[in-house]
Amino acid sequence: MHRMAQRGLAIASTIALLVTAAGCSGDDGSGPGGASVPGVTDTEVTVGTHMPLTGPASAGYSKIAPATKAYFDYVNANGGVHGRKITYKIMDDGYNPANTQQVVRQLVLQDKVFAILNGLGTPTHTGVLDFLKSNRVPDLFVASGSRSWDQPDKYPGTFGFNPDYTVEGKILANYAKANLAGQKVCFLGQDDDFGRDSLAGVEKVLGAGAVAVKQTYVTSNTNVAPQIGAFKAAGCQVVVLATVPGFTALSIGTAARLGFKPQWLVSNVGADHPTLAKQLGAAAPLLEGMVGTNYLPMQNETANPWIQLFTKINKEHNGDAPFDGNTVYGMSVGYLFVQTLLAAGKDLTREKVIEAVQKGGFQGPGLVPLRFSAKDHSGYGGQRLSKVSGGVQSYFGPAYETDEADGAVNEYTATPAAPPANGVPTVS
Amino acid sequence: MSATRAALPPKHRPADTGDRPVDRRLGSTLLRHLAVVLAVGLLLVAVSYAVEPFRNFQLATVAAYLCATAGLTVLTGLNGQLSLGHGALMATGAYTVALCQNAFADRGMTGGWLLPLSLGAAIVSTVAVGAVVGVAAARLRGPYLAGVTLAVAIVVPALAVTFDGVFNGEQGLSVPVEPPPLSLGPYFPYERWQLWLTGAATLLALLLLANLIRSRYGRSFRAVRDDEVAARLAGIHVARTQVLAFVVSAATAGLGGALLAVLAQSVSPGAFSLTLSLFLLMAVVIGGLGRLTGALWGAVLLVALPDLTHSVTELLTLSPAVAQRLEGNLPLAIFGLTLIVVMIAAPGGVQGLLSRLGRGLLARWSARRS
Repeated sequence: MHRMAQRGLAIASTIALLVTAAGCSGDDGSGPGGASVPGVTDTEVTVGTHMPLTGPASAGYSKIAPATKAYFDYVNANGGVHGRKITYKIMDDGYNPANTQQVVRQLVLQDKVFAILNGLGTPTHTGVLDFLKSNRVPDLFVASGSRSWDQPDKYPGTFGFNPDYTVEGKILANYAKANLAGQKVCFLGQDDDFGRDSLAGVEKVLGAGAVAVKQTYVTSNTNVAPQIGAFKAAGCQVVVLATVPGFTALSIGTAARLGFKPQWLVSNVGADHPTLAKQLGAAAPLLEGMVGTNYLPMQNETANPWIQLFTKINKEHNGDAPFDGNTVYGMSVGYLFVQTLLAAGKDLTREKVIEAVQKGGFQGPGLVPLRFSAKDHSGYGGQRLSKVSGGVQSYFGPAYETDEADGAVNEYTATPAAPPANGVPTVS
Repeated sequence: MSATRAALPPKHRPADTGDRPVDRRLGSTLLRHLAVVLAVGLLLVAVSYAVEPFRNFQLATVAAYLCATAGLTVLTGLNGQLSLGHGALMATGAYTVALCQNAFADRGMTGGWLLPLSLGAAIVSTVAVGAVVGVAAARLRGPYLAGVTLAVAIVVPALAVTFDGVFNGEQGLSVPVEPPPLSLGPYFPYERWQLWLTGAATLLALLLLANLIRSRYGRSFRAVRDDEVAARLAGIHVARTQVLAFVVSAATAGLGGALLAVLAQSVSPGAFSLTLSLFLLMAVVIGGLGRLTGALWGAVLLVALPDLTHSVTELLTLSPAVAQRLEGNLPLAIFGLTLIVVMIAAPGGVQGLLSRLGRGLLARWSARRS
């Protein structure tokens, strides 16, 4: 190589590094304004989120935030909320709590977002609760069913969205008790609050000693053969899965390889049929008979007005991406956030948004009620069971609601609301 | 034969690693280092008031990484031992701090002196682990050494998941850290306090390292790197020197990990994966092996690169699918490319290049004056 070229390359790479260093230590000059609300101007409100766009939990989940953004784009195209367009900053944390720390700090301190919306993951979001609290950032509609979000005294700005995992565990166990009585029930859960809360719910209904074998998995280890092997050896007939989609698929695939065919009862966060079918590829028929739960309209109910609305928005603003349960979920989150902004009024502040959520009374796509109040920061309060038959996932039976304590599992009979004519909520 | 010889600048230019005779420098080494540390400390305080909170947090993160890269550059650049396991040593320090702080919080103890105590405990525990690995490392050369340290990098994070009763698996532990002291005022920005804390700890570590490098021990490190037989003939105990280098390097890595845990107020195995260990090594090579200033460039790179690539992907209007694919992988690709370019164009790394440019300018300027 020529001396000149060598030197040129070296200088170029050094300059590149120096520029990064300068960029790192430079001042953006955007000091905090006077009494202005972070992330809010007369024409714009900026919110951010952390999502696993890569990594072990990205299967399926990576489509949630783009769907939420698509719904916001639709609302923006229809004039926004109180004249403000919604800007949604999506950060990838790879489902790694360490990265979540970094990206959430970037959103709050550098991008100065108004709120964090729908941050995904139990282990990831748990680590930023204190940071968001000490910076007084509204932490809305966390994408996880951990009970940690429902602590109004400790975390006044944090609100859940998903039905909590204990409620879900109770509903799944209730199904097992009624329809699979006398069969040996086993449990596989993620090794964090997600799995623990879910197991607590299952044991509340079935009794403390009723779960024959309890196994856990970690997302960094994609081998669940030991756990599934233990189930097979113990002769489990029913396996409850508190798993993210990738590990639902992995468990069902591994079981098939071992010649083990129990009745699967799967958490709503890991039971979306299109996502699982895509993961399993040619082995998708293994999903036949799987019982799952959900609380939003099923993605294949083409007669449902919500699904029609979301399909239309998906075509117009999301590049017609494959439509699945994650799309429905993401857009439902977007709808709820727009309702919240509307309820908070034209003069938008962080306090007003939190008040608006606590006031509750939101009617949306959900099949069960949202429980928000000053005393309750958990999200949806129940679920409905679904089953895969003939390669199609569909609801059966009534919707159920229950609490996270020892309350009974009751049927919930109210009819869901219909969407507004143009798909944008109006002040209720 | 050292594995890192190839990465060092060729011998026909005097390297800037303190191999030069001392008479070129003024005054006592200790005083000079103290003056530099003091100046940098004052500069940091000034900067912490000038820039916004997020930049303060980033600088604090640079400081934490700098602890680890500085130790690694001493081990690999000066002593010629390759380590692929420094991420695991950082994890050791981080978890120690988490366990200590949680133990203090559970007992209801509060006070400003608890955090230094926890940091001290983190250094002690990492020194213990480093000594064990170091004794093994002193018996190994080249690829075998790389293999052992690689095993450490994989085993330590896995321990956190295996013993989830203590370490809470992948969710990790939270690290309770007290707010800034009230004497600084009720509205003192937390991120500025973080920068002060990590900056002070890092500067102290760097001062000790710089003195060590310029001392008898530093000279024996280099002697062992360059020629073990000659070093033995000169009366240097080779194995002991190697273990010492490893322990010193482990101590700084442990401090770096502990500071990271304090910054993030949480610790989880995902933060200390094998990727981090490899990143640390790449960072010190790109920065310039065997120089503390090189370690600084490396630490800056570690923090700036993910941030920069994120901005780049935001600037480009990509389809969501492509953006998603780039998101996690682009930093890795850029890191690799930078490493290759730097190795081809400037084997001495960024710092080697800068000092060469500096010397060239100085020569030109003095030629013009005469």
